Amino acid sequence: MTLEILTPEKKLYNGEVYGVQLPGIEGLFEILDKHAPLVSALGKGNLKVLKDKGGKTEQYSIQGGFVEVLNNKATVLVEGAVALD
Amino acid sequence: MAGQLKEVRNRIKSVQSSQQITKAMKMVSAAKLRRAQDAIVQMRPYAQKLQEMLSNIVSSTEGELNLKLAENRPVENVLLIVITSDRGLAGAYNTNVVKAAKQTIQDKYAAQFAKGHVTVWNIGKKGWETLSKAGYKTDATYKDLFLQLTFENVQTVAKAAMKAFEEGVFDAVEIVYSEFKNAATQRFAAEQFLPIPKQEVAQGAKKTDFIFEPEKGQLIAELMPKILNIQLYKAVLDAHASEHGARMTAMDKASENANELLKSLKISYNRARQAAITTELTEIVSGAAALQG
Repeated sequence: MTLEILTPEKKLYNGEVYGVQLPGIEGLFEILDKHAPLVSALGKGNLKVLKDKGGKTEQYSIQGGFVEVLNNKATVLVEGAVALD
Repeated sequence: MAGQLKEVRNRIKSVQSSQQITKAMKMVSAAKLRRAQDAIVQMRPYAQKLQEMLSNIVSSTEGELNLKLAENRPVENVLLIVITSDRGLAGAYNTNVVKAAKQTIQDKYAAQFAKGHVTVWNIGKKGWETLSKAGYKTDATYKDLFLQLTFENVQTVAKAAMKAFEEGVFDAVEIVYSEFKNAATQRFAAEQFLPIPKQEVAQGAKKTDFIFEPEKGQLIAELMPKILNIQLYKAVLDAHASEHGARMTAMDKASENANELLKSLKISYNRARQAAITTELTEIVSGAAALQG
């Protein structure tokens, strides 16, 4: 699936990934390949990009935002994102 | 003759110093434009996606939700948010924005305007000066936004407009600003801010059946203000870049004109100088001839 992470300042991430973990306002959830169309609000927490099946990840801490999944593409709009090591 | 020479020399000096100023202003605007442009280009995809999300939700919830911010009421009171710059010397930029504002009022809200129900919130000093002088009902609360252009400050304006709309103070809100195309081109336009315009669902296109989490109502309540904040922020950034673009072009033209003026001044200076020399020579020669004769 394709993942795109956008902030008002810049494009944070764009590329093919295995999945992504998101802090929904009602709890952590994960989006994998061929997820059904979804719109969800995100709360404060950590966003984890699962780059491949092997467990390579990239993490960001976010203040809130939204995610839309459509046609196997996840678009995450976030505010106050900071990359974590 | 000597008097005319001096005059032309002074004129050349003053044109040269004006040209220096316009050249410097052009450079400054170019640098500021680059920064402003960057900010827009970076935030555009974000704004577009937000807008898309909102339209998706609103069009899929028709009749199910009582959306206060998308409610179409008979339009009694209108608010125009007019974004101009704080400074002049930007060519026709401010004039054009003001013209667009007046045009919008004339075309869409003439009846409301006749009753004095059109209010203008100005962002930027120039538009405020012109419109309040022209007798429009203006509000200068947010006039100085450009002194500190941050997302938070823009948010305050958007929130105030939303609140006023929800409370029924205004039934329609439009933003009049100049959309940034490139340094030399701006598009002056009015954009509907509230009520939120419904996205036209293309004929034959099937609506996507989204899973909403949390449920639509709450999601929209979260999404709506953010989207409107961003929409206004985008308009302000666009206006900001347009201002510098317009100023850059105007100053470039001014420098060019100064060059041309200098050229013709130099020609007349040299002509005057030559004429003076010729007269002097003639005087000397004829003086000598008289002595010899």
